[in-house]
Amino acid sequence: MLSIKNLHVSVDGKPILKGVNLEVKAGEVHAIMGPNGSGKSTLANVLAGHEHYEVTAGEVIYQGRDLLQLPPEERARQGMFLAFQYPVEIPGVSNIYLLKSALNAIRESQNLPELDAMDFLALVKDRMKLVEMPEELLYRSVNEGFSGGEKKRNEILQMAVLEPKLAILDETDSGLDIDALQVVARGVNVLRGPERAIILVTHYQRLLNYIEPDWVHVLVDGRIAKSGDKTLAYELEKHGYGWIAQESTPATV
Amino acid sequence: MNPNTAKETYLDAMGAAEKGLAGAPSWLRELRRSGAARFAEAGFPTTRDEAWKYTDVTPIVQAGFQSVAKGANGVDPARLDGFWFENLPSHRLVFVNGHYSEKLSTPGAWPEGVTVMSLAEALRDQAHRIEPYLGRCVPEKAHGFAALNTALFADGAFIHLGRGARLTWPIHLLYVTTGAGEPLLSQPRNLVVAEEDSQAVLIENYVAIGESVYFTNALTEVVVGPHALIEHYRLQEEGAQAFHIGGLHAHLDRDGRFTAHGIDLGGRLVRNDLRSVLDAEGAECQMNGLYVLGGRQHVDNHTHIDHAKPRGTSREFYKGVLDGRSRAVFHGRVIVRPDAQHTDAQQVNNNLLLSRDAEADTKPQLEIYADDVKCAHGATVGQLDPDALFYLRSRAVDETAARDLLTYAFARDVLSRLRLEPVRSQLERHLAAKLRVAALPQTQEVF
Ligand SMILES: Nc1ncnc2c1ncn2[C@@H]1O[C@H](COP(=O)(O)OP(=O)(O)O)[C@@H](O)[C@H]1O
Ligand SMILES: [Mg+2]
Repeated sequence: MLSIKNLHVSVDGKPILKGVNLEVKAGEVHAIMGPNGSGKSTLANVLAGHEHYEVTAGEVIYQGRDLLQLPPEERARQGMFLAFQYPVEIPGVSNIYLLKSALNAIRESQNLPELDAMDFLALVKDRMKLVEMPEELLYRSVNEGFSGGEKKRNEILQMAVLEPKLAILDETDSGLDIDALQVVARGVNVLRGPERAIILVTHYQRLLNYIEPDWVHVLVDGRIAKSGDKTLAYELEKHGYGWIAQESTPATV
Repeated sequence: MNPNTAKETYLDAMGAAEKGLAGAPSWLRELRRSGAARFAEAGFPTTRDEAWKYTDVTPIVQAGFQSVAKGANGVDPARLDGFWFENLPSHRLVFVNGHYSEKLSTPGAWPEGVTVMSLAEALRDQAHRIEPYLGRCVPEKAHGFAALNTALFADGAFIHLGRGARLTWPIHLLYVTTGAGEPLLSQPRNLVVAEEDSQAVLIENYVAIGESVYFTNALTEVVVGPHALIEHYRLQEEGAQAFHIGGLHAHLDRDGRFTAHGIDLGGRLVRNDLRSVLDAEGAECQMNGLYVLGGRQHVDNHTHIDHAKPRGTSREFYKGVLDGRSRAVFHGRVIVRPDAQHTDAQQVNNNLLLSRDAEADTKPQLEIYADDVKCAHGATVGQLDPDALFYLRSRAVDETAARDLLTYAFARDVLSRLRLEPVRSQLERHLAAKLRVAALPQTQEVF
């Protein structure tokens, strides 16, 4: 589904990703861990199409297409979804309007008719139960005045409504209490299926107690320094990241 | 026409008008004369005047605009249909090229204690009711355009709300300019007197039928009595080649409340001067403004709030969207006089630039001479938030739609403060049309 080869990315001329390789197949859940500043959000944002990041080398193939050629909205229409680490506030645009615009834009690109107001509302209300979000938040401006936890739930709500093929969650678990963490986990586990893939960017092993990953990768200084199965996450929890940085040799360029 | 010739022409017109005033009461002759004298002294403002630094009125002066003796007849009432608000019953007064049109107006019945009529007619038949107020709200050193209006205005609305009188329907004053061969000048002059405890909503609506070069030089005075409440809408949707200079001068008595909404969507060169004097304890003034500009439009808002007495409140909230090579000026002056303790004043002006060639100049000017007051202001000039744009695009909204949506949301913030729902929703449609935001019908329910 997603194939990242030798990806190099710079921000403001400073190299951040220095040769990332990653293969994600349909049906898989990948966890990407790593210390602060190692480039996890950079990777997530580049995949979503943020213009601030400059790809200096490498390629990304998504469902057989050159992903890096597509504008962000086209990536979303092709089934990609990024739950942001820091979701932005958009004053004056209501949550429900955004959901409706997003869903209809995706449906239009699939030659499906717009959902009528009734069906749309029924769908949204159903997914709101999943994330345990009060209905009142639907009619508020996107993320405006939301608590940290509400913003994260809102990202999961959007994911649950849009049903992406490839979902990337950038530290959606950070700063959440156990209840909220379970909400996130439920959102991901409901989405999980043979047709879809999920990339969980996380700092802690904690989330992985609720979502069992097929693969765990450790990003250190812009490279995937180590990959393994879920047991790798436990080792990281116990020993930190230091030992990996020492043992790994830089990936070949 | 060069500035001197233009000035002479208007002074000649003032001289001629004075002859026609032979039978008028002496106070009115005096008022007209004082306007002419002030105009002779001040002339047209130039960019050398601090208050006109960014607004060059040379094109107005050069065009040599002339007023016409009588409103054009033959305007088909059906042509006005689109200007009235859907689902909003109102008292409708129509002015064509500066003159009241009885034929086009449907004022309806007035409740006890309310007088609304053409100012020209009132000056003819009931001058004694006008005398105590007309010209009193306008500062002596007003600029040349205000003086020009005082010297030469032909007509406008006279609105008198007696003690305790309350209007259920808003008064909708529609100023229509019709395409004419000559460069046309219309100078509406309105006087609103709200006695103690009275209430009314007024809508001043400036529009054009047909495309022509014309000049509206309007001036409105509002006297807000003790505990009276006036909500004033000034909706400026003049033609694309029109010049518009507008003055709105209010005087607030004890616990009087005055709200002024000013929406500028039309016009080529527009200047508004708003002045509100909170001249007794507990007065409250709100000014909400929105300008949405494109092409080479130029809109200048000069606001002036004068807190003269204690416990006054003022709230100013102005926003602008600028595209193309348009230009906006906002100057917000707030004076808190030594006597005005416990004043609470806030002012906000935010400008959104959609194009590299658009420009906004914003300047708060707070002069505070009392020590126990709360005053805050904020002014910004910026672009669309790139993170918000990316967020929307990452949710499948295409770039153009995302920009339009963010712009619409930014501007709509002002419209949401308009209390009359029919006015609000019609302006939302006009705003959407101007910003080319599509698919609005559904946004109504979900925004
Ligand atoms: N928009 C940006 N502008 C400038 N520097 C950035 C930006 N985004 C990330 N960086 C830098 O890139 C590096 C990696 O950051 P990030 O990808 O956010 O790491 P992580 O998500 O793993 O904590 C950091 O040094 C950070 O300062
Ligand atoms: Mg990060």
